[in-house]
Amino acid sequence: MGTDEFVQNFADQFDDTDKSEFSVKTRFRDIEEWSSLRALMIIAMVDEVYKVKMDGDDIIKSNTIEDIYNIVKSRL
Amino acid sequence: MAFLHVPNVNLKGLSASVPKIILENKQYSGFHPGEADDIIRAIGVERRRIADHNVCTSDLCYHAAEKLINDLNWAKSEIDCLVLVTQTPDYLLPATSCLLQNRLGLKEEIFTLDISLGCSGWVYGLQVISSLLSHGSMKKGLLMVGDTQLKFCSPEDKSTYPLFGDAGAVTALEFDEKSSGFRFHAATDGSGFQAIIIPDGGFRNQVSLSSFEMVEIKPGIRRNKLQVILDGMNVFSFSLSRAPESINKLSDKFGIDLQQVDYFIFHQANLFMNERIRKKLKLSVEKVPYSLRNFGNTGAPSIPLTMISEIGHDLQSQKRNIVASGFGVGLSWGSVQFFTDNIVCSEMIEI
Repeated sequence: MGTDEFVQNFADQFDDTDKSEFSVKTRFRDIEEWSSLRALMIIAMVDEVYKVKMDGDDIIKSNTIEDIYNIVKSRL
Repeated sequence: MAFLHVPNVNLKGLSASVPKIILENKQYSGFHPGEADDIIRAIGVERRRIADHNVCTSDLCYHAAEKLINDLNWAKSEIDCLVLVTQTPDYLLPATSCLLQNRLGLKEEIFTLDISLGCSGWVYGLQVISSLLSHGSMKKGLLMVGDTQLKFCSPEDKSTYPLFGDAGAVTALEFDEKSSGFRFHAATDGSGFQAIIIPDGGFRNQVSLSSFEMVEIKPGIRRNKLQVILDGMNVFSFSLSRAPESINKLSDKFGIDLQQVDYFIFHQANLFMNERIRKKLKLSVEKVPYSLRNFGNTGAPSIPLTMISEIGHDLQSQKRNIVASGFGVGLSWGSVQFFTDNIVCSEMIEI
């Protein structure tokens, strides 16, 4: 799993935000479209694509896309 | 492993009752301007039913039971056991199943039991009552599931109030030596007990003046400690992994070919979650009915309510292979497979 691919999969969960706004350093809570539903979509994406289980606490303690990437990577 | 095969018991009929008062989610005032449509689309709940202050779980179950007993042409004297699954009993004590025995005019020689479970409750209740009937000493039984969850939701909590609805349902079961019965998987993870919880009002945190204090958790979520907390992200994560896993375990253990199953009836949590579960199991849309749109998440009754409201006509005229799965508060989850053969599905009652 590469970071580019992960950022792409992360960005795919958003409808209106330009893809160029996403990078590993993006603080996802600053994205206007971010919401609790978006968090569920990230959990579902990680489950579907990487077969990794994330819970709410993982999202809560993360700030950047890279933080989530590192959680997923540690559980692969 | 908590697997169980209960032979010699048939599901004979289903009935359901809902309060007649309808709450339209489009009119819910707790959403931010502009977010109502997105949230309604995501949770899949357009409207739900709310019990009036004088309608309790026993009222919903009583009317559904009278209707079903009548439609089945059962004599009340034949009913040997009554199991009620609810998390909104009429009183802290006595058990609501005792009240129902009396109100329905059932005999004194009857086994009654309340079970405190929510979303997984119908599957667990079925496991208990079918086990009682399987021996053949008791011949007929009623499994009642009812919840008036909106009584414990804060109207100012948009994470719960637009989601939940009130309902009651009754399932009639009968000893039958020719029946292949029910195959179950059951599981529990109490480490997640805080994921869905009412903190005060039990005996750990008895009601006090501070229980009534309304606290703003975040914008759009304001509640007191006698009202339910729903940790959506953790419940979602739990359900997405455990519900499909439970059905796969059931299939592996009992050699059930999921391709041969006519309907998969899931606890009606919310559309976003249920659709993810459906897709993970690669099930076609036609096999997975939803009653969410008109009734919301009704807790324990959601599985039988869906069977009646969405596929009732089919179940009345066909032999069907059914898998049902409940998952949620506890955390508790379980699945069951069984066959139905021209069962009675009573017309839904409004109270």
